[in-house]
Amino acid sequence: MLPPIFGVLFDGVAYGMLLFVLSVGLSVTLGLMNFVNLAHCAFAMLGGYVTVVLMRDFNWPFFATLPAAFFASAVVSIIVERTLYRRLYRATDLDQVLLTIGLAFISVAVAAWFFTTQQQPITMPGYLRGSIDFFGLNIGLYRLFLVVVGIAVTILLIVTVEHTRFGAQVRAAVDNQRMARGLGINVDRTFAITFALGSGLAGLGGALAIEIVGLDPQFALHYLVYVLIIVSVGGLGSILGSFAAACLIGISDIAGKYYVPELGAFLIYLVMVAVLMWRPAGLFGKR
Amino acid sequence: MNRHFIAGAALLAAATLPGTASAQNTVKIGVISAYSGQFADTAAQIDNGIKLYMKQHGDTVAGKKIEIIRKDTGGPNSDVAKRLAQELVVRDGVDILAGFTLTPEALGAAQVSEEAKKFMVNMNAATAIVVTKSPYMVRTSVTLPQISETAGTWLATKGGAKKVYTMVSDFGPGIDAETGFQRAFKAAGGEVVGSVRMPVANPDFSAFVQRAKDQNPEAVFVFVPGGAQPAAIGKAFADRGMDPTKIKIISTGEAVDETAVKAMGDVALGRLSAWHYDYNQKSKMNDEFVKAFNAEFKRNPDFFAVGGYDGMHVIYESLKKTSGKADGESLVAAAKAMKWESPRGPVSIDAETRDIVQNVYIRKVEKAGSAIVNVEFDKVENVKDPTHGRK
Amino acid sequence: MAPPPANPQAYLQSLSRWRPLEIAFWLATLLPFWLFPNYLGLANQIAVAALFALSLDLILGYAGIVSLGHAAFFGVGAYTAGLFSKFVWGEVFTGLIAAALMAALFGYVSSFIVARFRHLTLIMITLGLGLLLHSAANSAHFITGGSDGFQGISMWKVAGLFRFDLYGQTAYAYSLGVLFIVFLCARRLINSPFGLSLRGIRENWVRMPAIGADSRAHIRKVYTISAAMAGIAGALIAQTTQTVSLDALSFERSADVVVMLVLGGAGRLYGGIVGASIFLIARDQFSGIAPQYWYFWIGVLLVMVVMLLPNGILGGLSALLAKWRRK
Repeated sequence: MLPPIFGVLFDGVAYGMLLFVLSVGLSVTLGLMNFVNLAHCAFAMLGGYVTVVLMRDFNWPFFATLPAAFFASAVVSIIVERTLYRRLYRATDLDQVLLTIGLAFISVAVAAWFFTTQQQPITMPGYLRGSIDFFGLNIGLYRLFLVVVGIAVTILLIVTVEHTRFGAQVRAAVDNQRMARGLGINVDRTFAITFALGSGLAGLGGALAIEIVGLDPQFALHYLVYVLIIVSVGGLGSILGSFAAACLIGISDIAGKYYVPELGAFLIYLVMVAVLMWRPAGLFGKR
Repeated sequence: MNRHFIAGAALLAAATLPGTASAQNTVKIGVISAYSGQFADTAAQIDNGIKLYMKQHGDTVAGKKIEIIRKDTGGPNSDVAKRLAQELVVRDGVDILAGFTLTPEALGAAQVSEEAKKFMVNMNAATAIVVTKSPYMVRTSVTLPQISETAGTWLATKGGAKKVYTMVSDFGPGIDAETGFQRAFKAAGGEVVGSVRMPVANPDFSAFVQRAKDQNPEAVFVFVPGGAQPAAIGKAFADRGMDPTKIKIISTGEAVDETAVKAMGDVALGRLSAWHYDYNQKSKMNDEFVKAFNAEFKRNPDFFAVGGYDGMHVIYESLKKTSGKADGESLVAAAKAMKWESPRGPVSIDAETRDIVQNVYIRKVEKAGSAIVNVEFDKVENVKDPTHGRK
Repeated sequence: MAPPPANPQAYLQSLSRWRPLEIAFWLATLLPFWLFPNYLGLANQIAVAALFALSLDLILGYAGIVSLGHAAFFGVGAYTAGLFSKFVWGEVFTGLIAAALMAALFGYVSSFIVARFRHLTLIMITLGLGLLLHSAANSAHFITGGSDGFQGISMWKVAGLFRFDLYGQTAYAYSLGVLFIVFLCARRLINSPFGLSLRGIRENWVRMPAIGADSRAHIRKVYTISAAMAGIAGALIAQTTQTVSLDALSFERSADVVVMLVLGGAGRLYGGIVGASIFLIARDQFSGIAPQYWYFWIGVLLVMVVMLLPNGILGGLSALLAKWRRK
C-alpha cells in the first residue's frame, strides 16, 4: 500500500501536463519572435468549442475530435498571423499586448454569442471514466490519459526540435534571429509554422481541459495567468523548461494544498516568485 | 448651502433629462448585474427569468408600462455597482433597482436605494446581511444560512450522520455556509471532525478531497460556487475513491446543478443536497414554467432564473397593490408579507426582515430514465433566514 | 521640431512650459458639470482611473517597468482609506494622505524586489506579488470583509461643506481636484533631471549607472512615488463611493489599467488620462447597448487603435501630426 499522497501527487502531475500542453506553444513563440500573444488562450478555447460541437452535435467520438481541435486552432491561428500579427513583429511589446488582448476580448464575446455563457459539459467515453487501483491508490483514468498525452507531446516536440531540419531552423532562430536570417533561413516561415503548431497544441489543450476545468467564454482570459506562469517559470523558448515548470507548479500546488491548505491560494504564486527570484530567466531559460 | 447645491443640481438634471415627461405612465426598472465576466451566466439566467415573466404577464401593470434598463458591472464590483445605481436613479430616472448577481453589487447599490428611497429587489445576492442594508430592499432568491443550517440540522437528525467533514470555498459565501452548517450540525448533536477552506479559483480538488478522506468521516458537507468547480470537485471525489452512495456527500444546490451533474455523469449518483429549487421539481406550475422557459431560451431554468422570475412577480404584484405608485415606501410596504406560489413552491416575503421565506428541499441525485437528476425526497417547510436578529 | 537647446536648464524649462492645448484640456475637464450633469458618476470614475493610469505611466511609460500588479497599490489605498474612515475619522484629506503613505510603504518594500528584474520576469513578479496580496486580503476576512466587500465607510463632508451627493457633483469635483494636483506633481517630476534619468533607464538600463544615475535607486524611488499615487486613486474611489470590494486588488484591475494607458499612449503625461476616458466611455456606451457583448466592441476598438495609431492614441496622433508637418 502506498500512502495517499502519491495519488495526490499523481493528480498534480496530470494537472501539470494539462497546463504544459496549453502553454508550450506560447513559450516557443515568445522565445522565437518575442511576440507577446495574449490571445493564446483564445486559440485554446477555440479547440475546446470544436470538441464540444463535434461531440454533441455530430456525435463524434472524443478521440476523433482531438485532431480536429488541433487543426482548427492551427488553421485559424495562421489566418490571424497572416492578417494581423505579421504587421506587428517590429512594433513595441505594448502594441502587441494591446492587439492580442483586444483579440482575446473579441473571442470572449464571440464565444458568448454563439455558445451562450453556459458551461459546456461533455460526456467522456466509458474507458476514460472512473479510476483504477494501483497498489491501493486510486488513479483516475482520465488523468492517466492526460499524463500519457503530456509525455507524448513532449517527446514528439523534442524529437522534432532536436532531430529534424525544421527543428534546427527553429533552434537557430531562437538563439540568434539575425544570424539565422543571414544563413538563409526563412525565419518568417519558420515562425508561421511554429506559431500554428503552438496554437494547435493550445487547441488540443483546450479540448483536453474541458473534463478537468470546464469550458465557458471566460476561458480565454481566465487561464492566461496560469499559462504565463508556466512560460515564465520554465523559461522562454524551452520545451523541457515548460515541462519542468508545469510539473513543478502542478505538484507544488497539489502537495501544498494537501499539507498546508491554508496556503492553498498563495502557493503557485509563491512558487513562481521564488523561482523567478532564484533564476530570473526561468528554470531552463537562456536570457 | 449644501441643500441649495443639491437642489440646483437636481434642477439642472431635470432640465437636461430626456424623457422625464413620459415618466408618468412608465415604471422604469434598472437591472444591475454582472452581464460580462466570470459570472456572466448567472446574470444571463436572472435576465431570462425576468424576460420570461414579462413575456407571460405583459409589459403593462396597473396602467403603467414597464421598462427595463440593463447595466453591466463586470463582476463583484461594489464601486461600479454603486455608480450604476446612481446613474440609473439620476440619469435614467428609474423607480426600482433590481438584479444583483453578487453580494458586493447589492451592497453598493443598497446605499443608493436607501438614500434615494428606491424599491430594490435583490434577485440573487445570498449573503444574509445584504437585506439589512436598505429599508427598501426585498430578496427573492435565497440566503446561505437558510440552506446550510437546514442542511446541518437535517444531516445530524434524519440524515443519521454524526461525524462530518466540511469543505467550502474560502470567500464570504463559503465561510457563511461553513459557519451556518457547523453551527446547526453541532446543535443537533453532530461532531465536526475537520474542515478545510479551499481557494476560490481552484481548478483541482484532489488534495482537499484526500484530506477529507484521511479523516474518515461519515459525511462531507460541500460548498463551492457555480461554474466549472462543482463538476471538478465531484470528479475528484470519484477519482479519490469516495463514493457518494457509501459516504454521505451533502452540499448546497450549486455543487449539483444541471451542468455539474451532466459533466459528472454516474459518479454523481447518490449525492445529497439541500436547496430551494430544481428544474426537476414536480409541480404543475413548475412543469409549465420549465416548458415555457425551454421554449424561449432552449435550456432549463435554474435557481438564478427563478430568483429573477419571482423578483418580477414581487414587482408586478406590489405595483398592483399600490395602483402604480412606484415610490420606495409604498412598494416596500406592499411587498412585505406578500405570499405567492412560485415554481419552487410556496414562498413569502417576511414582513419584518423583508427576506425570502421558503421551503428547503432535500434531494438526492438519481437516474430517471437516461437522465441524471436531483430528486426531492424530503423537505423542511417555510424556512426563514436563521441569522436575522442574532448577535 | 527644433533641436533641443544646448543649455540643459533651458531644455528642461522648455519642456515644462504650458502649452495652450494643455490649458484647454484642463478647462475642458470642467465641462461635464454643465454639459453632462447626469454623467458625473462616470466622470468621477474616469478621473480616478486616469489618476491610476497616470501613476502607472510613471513606471511603465517613463521607467520601462511593465507591471501587471499595480492594482495592489490601488487596493491598499482603497482599504486604507476605508479603514481610516471607520476607525479614525471620516475627514477626506487626512484619509487620502494616510492611504498615500500606506501605499508608498508597500511600494517601497516591494521596490527592492522589483528593481532587480527586467522584461517578462519583472512582469510576472509584479503579477505574482499582486495576486498574493489579493489572496491575502481575501483571507484577512476580519479586516477587509473578504469577497463581500468592506463595510462601514462613512465620509464627512469635503472641507466641511460638500456632502457626497447622489449626482456625483462633489465626488467629481473632489476627484478632479486631486487628479489635477497629483498631475502637477507628476509633470514637475517628469520634467526634472530625475525624470530625464528615468527615460534614460528605460532606453538603456545598463549604461545609466555609468553616467552617474544609479538605475536601481532611481527605480526604487519612482516605484514608491507611483505606488503612492495609485494609493491616492484607490482612496478616491473608496471615499467617493463609500465602498471597497476585493476587486480593487484584482488582476483584472491591473490589466485594465495597462490597457487604458497603452491605449492612450504610454510615456506621455496625458496618455493615461486620454486612455482612461476613451476606454471607460466606450465601455459605458457599448455595455449600454449590449451588456453581454461589449467586450467585442472594446476588442475591436483596441485592434483598430493598434493598426491605425501605433504607440497608442496620443503616440499615433503625434506621429501623424509630425508627418503632416513635414509635408
